[in-house]
This record gives sequence, C-alpha cells and structure tokens, in this order.
Amino acid sequence: MPGQIQDSAATRLARPRESPLALGVRRILRRPSSRVAFFVLGVIVLVGLLAPLIAPYNPSAQPDIVGLKGLPPSFAHPFGTDPYSRDVLSRVIYGARLSLMIGVLATIVSLTVGVAYGAISGYAGGFLDAVMMRVLDAFLSIPRLLLLIGALVAWPRLSISALVVFLGLTGWFGLSRIVRGQVLALKHAEFVTAAQALGASRRRILWRHLLPNLVSPIVVAATLGVAHVIVLEAGLSYLGIGVQPPLASWGNIINDGADQPAALWWMSLFPGLFMVLTVMTLNILGEALRDAYERR
Amino acid sequence: MLRYLAQRLGQAAVIVAIVAAITFALIHLAPGDPFSAVMDNPNVSETVRQTLRAQYGLDRPLPEQFVRYVNLLAHGQLGWSISNQRPVLEVLASALPNTLLLMGVALAGSFTLGILIALIQVARRGSIIDHTLSGISLFFFSMPDFWLAILTLLAFTYWLPLFPVGGAVDVMHEYMGLWGRFVDRLYHLALPALTLTLLASAVVTRYQRAALLDVLPADYIRTARLKGLTEREILRRHALRNALLPIISLVGLSFPALLTGAFFVEKIFAWPGMGYAVMSAIGTRDYQLVVGGVIIGSIMVTLGSLLSDLLYAWADPRLRSH
Amino acid sequence: MTAPLLSIRDLHTSFYTESGVARAVDGVSFDIGAGETLGIVGESGCGKSVTALSILRLIQPPGRIETGSVIEFEGKNLVTLDDAEIRDIRGNRISMIFQEPMSALNPVFTVGDQVAEVARVHAGMSRRDAWERAVEMLELTGMPDAEARARQYPHQLSGGMRQRVLIAMALMMKPALVIADEPTTALDVTIQAQILDLLVDLQKKIGTSILMITHDLGVIAETTSRVIVMYAGEVVEQAEVDELFAKPHHPYTEGLMHSMPHIGHDQERLNVIPGTVPAPTEWPTGCRFRERCPYSWELCEKEHPPLYQIGTGHVSRCHLAIEPERRNNPHPPLVVEAGVAAA
Repeated sequence: MPGQIQDSAATRLARPRESPLALGVRRILRRPSSRVAFFVLGVIVLVGLLAPLIAPYNPSAQPDIVGLKGLPPSFAHPFGTDPYSRDVLSRVIYGARLSLMIGVLATIVSLTVGVAYGAISGYAGGFLDAVMMRVLDAFLSIPRLLLLIGALVAWPRLSISALVVFLGLTGWFGLSRIVRGQVLALKHAEFVTAAQALGASRRRILWRHLLPNLVSPIVVAATLGVAHVIVLEAGLSYLGIGVQPPLASWGNIINDGADQPAALWWMSLFPGLFMVLTVMTLNILGEALRDAYERR
Repeated sequence: MLRYLAQRLGQAAVIVAIVAAITFALIHLAPGDPFSAVMDNPNVSETVRQTLRAQYGLDRPLPEQFVRYVNLLAHGQLGWSISNQRPVLEVLASALPNTLLLMGVALAGSFTLGILIALIQVARRGSIIDHTLSGISLFFFSMPDFWLAILTLLAFTYWLPLFPVGGAVDVMHEYMGLWGRFVDRLYHLALPALTLTLLASAVVTRYQRAALLDVLPADYIRTARLKGLTEREILRRHALRNALLPIISLVGLSFPALLTGAFFVEKIFAWPGMGYAVMSAIGTRDYQLVVGGVIIGSIMVTLGSLLSDLLYAWADPRLRSH
Repeated sequence: MTAPLLSIRDLHTSFYTESGVARAVDGVSFDIGAGETLGIVGESGCGKSVTALSILRLIQPPGRIETGSVIEFEGKNLVTLDDAEIRDIRGNRISMIFQEPMSALNPVFTVGDQVAEVARVHAGMSRRDAWERAVEMLELTGMPDAEARARQYPHQLSGGMRQRVLIAMALMMKPALVIADEPTTALDVTIQAQILDLLVDLQKKIGTSILMITHDLGVIAETTSRVIVMYAGEVVEQAEVDELFAKPHHPYTEGLMHSMPHIGHDQERLNVIPGTVPAPTEWPTGCRFRERCPYSWELCEKEHPPLYQIGTGHVSRCHLAIEPERRNNPHPPLVVEAGVAAA
C-alpha cells in the first residue's frame, strides 16, 4: 500500500502459500448457495458410502415375487416396489453409490487423458499439434451420447469398469484444449527463456510452472465432469446399454418402470429427483469454483 | 467472406473424414465380425448380401476396406438396416425432416424464451426474481433430458390428458381436411417441442445472462447513459445488440446437446425422427443403423457450427468489413 | 457578478468497499461561470474524475454521493433530482467527453447513428432529421467527408476521428456545460493539439462552458482561464491560470510545476514529488500533503488547513499562508520509500 513501508521480495516469498484447492474451497464457501450445495452433496455422498448400512432391504432381494410386485409408496416401502418386487428406496440408495462411483472414476480417466493429450499436443507443436487438434475437433463434433451409443452397442455385455473407461474416454476434450492453451502460453513466456539462461532445462521449467496453473481448470472440470457423467450414465442405463440389472443405477430404475410410466410413476419420479439434486449441487459448486478462480 | 467460407468448408470436410475413420475403427474394434449381424441374418436376401460383400470388400485387407468405406460414405451408402430391411440412408433420410422440424422449433423457441428471461433477470439483477429465475434455469439445466420428457408425458397425457401420447399424426390423419391435418400435426408436435424447448432454454438463459452482465461495464454503455437514455433503453438497444453476438456462437455450440435431447424426446414421445430410428436400433442391435446415425449426427453438428460461425461473421460489423 | 452556471458546494462522494470507505471526493466546492473554461488538475486518484461523474450522477454502487452535497445548476440541485430529471440533463444541458475514444463508442452501430441518437432522445427528432443534424455536427468538428464517415463503424475510424465523434455527440444539443475528462490523453501528440484547438474553437462558437479535467499542465495552460488543483479528494489551490503558473502557492502545485520537463533545459534527472498519494480509505489527519511536503511543520499535522485567501481569486489550502517564512527552510520530506528517499 502506498505510504507504508514496502515488503521486500524476500519476506513476501517466506509467507506460506495456500494450495489453490484450499483457496478455491474457502472462497466459494463464503456464498450461502455453495454452503447449501456442499451440505446436500455431502449428504448424498454419505448415503452412497453408507448404502449397505442404511438401505432397508437388499436391493436385489425379491422376497415375494407375486405379492410385492409393483406396489405404490407405503410405510414399508417409502419409494414403492418395482415390477420385480424389489424395494425401490434401497435401489435408489445403492444407485446413488454406483452412479457417484462411476461418475468419479470416469472423471478421473477423463482428467488423465485430457491433461496428457493437451500437454503433448501443446508441447509438441507444429504438425503433430495440428493433427491432434483436428482429431479433437472431430471427436467434439460427435455428440457424446451418440459416440457412447456407437461404442456400447458394439460391445454387447460390458462390465462396470469397461463402462467407466468408455465414459472417461469420451469426456476429456474440453480440458485438453485448456491444458494445451496453458502449455502454449508457457512455452512462449519470457521467463522461460530467462530461466533457461540460468541453466534450467525447458522441460523442468514447464513442469514446475504448468501444474500450479492447471489446478484450477482441473478442479472445475472435475466437478462439472462428474455431473455430466452422472446424467450420461443415467441416459445410457435408461436405454439399456449402461448399468445392467440387477445392479441398480438411477437410470436403469427408471428404465425398469418405463413400460408403465403412469402406473409405476414412483419409479420415474424418485430416482430422477435424486439425480437432479445431485447434478444441481455439483453444478453450483463447479460454477462457484470457476468464478472464484477467475476473480484472481 | 467467401474465403472464410471456403476455409471452413475445407475444415468441415477434414472433420467428417476423421469421423468416418473413428466409426470405421469402432466397427472393426468391436468383438465379432462387424457385418455378421447383417450377413448371418436369415431375413436378409442373398442379393443384398452379395452387394454388400462386394462393395465393402469384406475379404480384403483392412486399409483397402477403409478406403472403400470412405468412398461408399461419400456416395451416401451407409449400410443395410436389418430392423427396417432398407438401406440405412433411406431410413435416416426419411426420418430426418421430422427431427429437423423438432429441433428447429426448439431452437427458435428456446432462443426467444431464453433471451427474454435473461433480459428480465438482468433488468432486475440481484432481486428475488433474478435469483428465482436463476434457480429455475439451473433446475432445468441439471435435469437429464429423458426425465423431463417422461414427466411431461405423465403430466400432460396421463394425469391431465391434454395431448396425444405419441406419434406425429393421428390414426385418422388422412381423413382430416387440410386444416385438420395441420392442427393434428401441431397437436402432436406440441409436447415434444415444449420439452426440448424447456431444456434448451435453460442453457440459453444462463449464457445470455452472463453475456449481458459481461457487456454492462463497458465504456460505450457509460456513453449511452451519458446521452440520457433510460436503463431499459440501454439494456435493450446497446447491451443486447452486443450480447447477442456470443449467443450466435451458442447456436452452433448447442447443436450436440440439442440433437441428443431430440433423440431422447423422440424416443419417449414416439416422434418418428432420426432419433427414434436410432434409439429403436439400439434395442434391435441394428448396428449399421446406429453407426449411420452417428455419422449423420456428426455431419449435422459440423454444419450447425459452420452456419453459426458464418452468421457470427455476418453479424459483427468488425468482421464484416474485412 | 453574474450567477455561476454550475455551483458545487461541499460535495462528498464515497465508495463503500470491502477494505473500507474510500472518500474519493471529500468536501469539494467550486463554481463554473457561463462561457468559461475551468480546469481541474491533479494526479490520478485525487478525485477529479469522480467529481465529474458526480455532477451527472453517474456514481454507481458501491459509490454514493453523500447527503448534504449540493450541485446547483439552472436552479436545481442535481444531487436530489429524480432519475427522469437527471436523464433529461445528461447529453442535453450537460454532456461529457471521456478519455478512451476507442472503447466509448458502441462497436455494432454506425457512428452517425450514435451521434443522431442524442437528438432522437432529447429533441424527439425523426430518424432522418436527427441524422442530418448529426452529419452537420460532425462537419463542425472538422471531420473530413462527414456524410460518408457517419455511415462507418467505430473500428473503421482512427482515434482522433473517434474523439471528434464523441465531441459531436456531446455538442449535439448545444449544452450549457461540457465536461472533458482527459480528452486527449489517449491520443497522439499531434492529434492532441488538433482536438484541443477544436474544443476551444467550438466553445467560442456555441458558447458552452468547459470543465477540463487533466493531469497535463500543458493542456491547462493552453485551454483554461481558471484552474483548480485537487489532491487527496480536496481542492488545494484555485487561481486564474496565469497567476497559477507565475505564483503557485501550494507546495503540491509547486511540485507539479517543477516536474514538467522544459525543452531547452539540460536536466540529468526528472524532478518528482517523492512518495505517493495516500489511500482514499485512510486520509491522514491534518494536511494530507504533509508527508511529501518539503516545508511541513508541527501545525501541519495538528490542523487540517482551510482554504486561505492568497490574492484576488486565488486560494490555497496551505498553512504557509500564515507562516510564509517557512518556505525558506525546506527539509527532506517525511515519507519513507523502499530503498532511498528521493533528493
């Protein structure tokens, strides 16, 4: 501040620096909407984690094939039962667990591929970069759902891990562009030449300076990415090519009730509500993080 | 301008070529013989089988197959649909107009509604109305497409039987007069279009609101204020005109989501468009049709983005004069 | 004595920010007469732009013109007018020209449209009539080929031409007062001279008053008849322009004069006023210039100086008015800088 004694460069460096993740979280928690979203998301995650402990029934159990078939919500079954006599509430709870897990794992795959692709493309430059970018454009021109349908229909019976990999391999495009942008900006930054003059290798410099700059876009991409995957997986499960029964995912619960949507309305309503709630909270948090980082 | 157009068309061609490569890879990486579904199917006539075998060169080395594949695509040969017993191109081409109609209505409707709501929000920014509208658009934005479609279906065809359950036309359609047929089509289009419009509006509103807020601190807005214009005039005349520019890019950007949404809506409302055909093909494992849908879909997205870029270049005076 | 055109009395404009209340304009009073050019000079951060914006009520939250401030114009207090009334005045009776002609024009409308808009808003003119008047105005500002230029977009014009457009816009309704906030700072030196000449010329033709805000003493010398020097949100000196240049009283004004490089004189280093302007959230007690002043003494810390009368039409906010002999004993200023205290 003018008029006061200025900090010397040394004292400024000695001050401990907050990790960008902690900074972002601290900033967004100032907003009441983020606090509520954080709390709600926390509850949902907890429900998923503790599924075996809190689900009233076994989600695949079919104790009474005839008597418990397709019952509307009641005390014993707050979300009703499905046409296969399974308790819907338990399935929704286990669905939370599975859908969230798939969302997180697929996003990890996306982040990894995205960062790698963008970094290589940006660092390599020239013809390789141009080719990689055109390929990226091509992938971007295929709507993600279509691409997934195209892939999943070809493979008739897929395990959850394979599903996760496919979901992950289709969600890295946006992030790779951002990463490439950062690499390019750094490549031409003046301090790189300066540091090189001091003897540091180019690769070392880029690495040291690249990662801190990438944390914020990665965190934002991760949060919003999980939201996208949840919606996508639900869609695929609804179409019958995602999570296969008897495993429960929010999408395939809706699919199970799709033959008689009016008669079995609880099967469409409740999983959907949970989905919307989860995705809303993730969107709120992701956008709050993006705003918080941009304000810097 | 013409130079720009030529450049973009060239890029688009490259992209479609790469998409062809991607689908070719998908077809051949999948387990089993890619064409076995067609070849081993007893319902497919022998002539069709012979033609396909010759055209695709199924016993030739892979690179040659790829060249044939791209060549066939360029000539519109997209394979054989086993569930429809017709060429894939025929199935998709006849269904495409319905999808375009649905998407067109939703595009127009969502942009109109979205811009209107964004203007209301920005004129009263920070107020309860602004926050409520933001919450509502976030709600619709976070919703899976198919869920909204199911709810709309339940709400307006079962619980409040106002609209038909599905299809594009009534059973008695041919017997209705000209006006009757027009109304019948509208009647069937209403719910699917409404659903898709709602989904798309959420995106447009958020985008346009952000664009308007971006423009408001600009110096020329201050100049407009200095001239004695009311806040409303400033918003409508000076801010909006500039904030519409990024929205034009949104047209192209929203094509993938719009297409995906249309697919789900068509399936649930049995609207006989391309999406309905592809979605049905999933159930019957009619792979050729699915892949055909992927290719056509990506061509549509590429063209949509091209159109949107051209529109932007025309609309921005800074680009027009170059 | 004819009544002044504009009379500002005790203007306080503050900004309520997270880091505190910034009193950007802290008790400013002055008059502008009809047909005169008054200059306000000072460093960035002294409050001159905020003063200008306050006149036209362009202060937006978190800023606020405090109650008690009076800006009297044509029999009304501009501070208390409602929205419709102040809009009536903007662009019509009082208009303003800004520093950045680059960004002050809307890129998607032709310049002719934008100038014509003023007449459509205030005089209810038809599109055609307003356009014709706009072209006339553009011609008046010396725009070559005005008819054709009016149909062009801002990005097709050079900086100097854009400023002419803004001047035309400001003068469309022949206002009583034009506020020019650094109108030439963003322009090339050669264009600067042209624009200043244009302003002086137009003023004579139309008879408006000009409030010229600048940090450039050269502009002051060329265009104004009376000058106000502002520092730290206050008026620190006011005088006729010749008097100010010949006999500056306030040490800040002195410093400004001395920091101007003179062509023809050899100088090894530029003279600077040591230190920087204090933060508007924490104006120091007593005299606000005290820490940077070479003549300050204990009184300056204890008592905030009022505006002393130095001569006719010349006031100065400095205790040297009552102890002028202190001017003979300058000392190094009190401000501490990182490293060396400037000589």
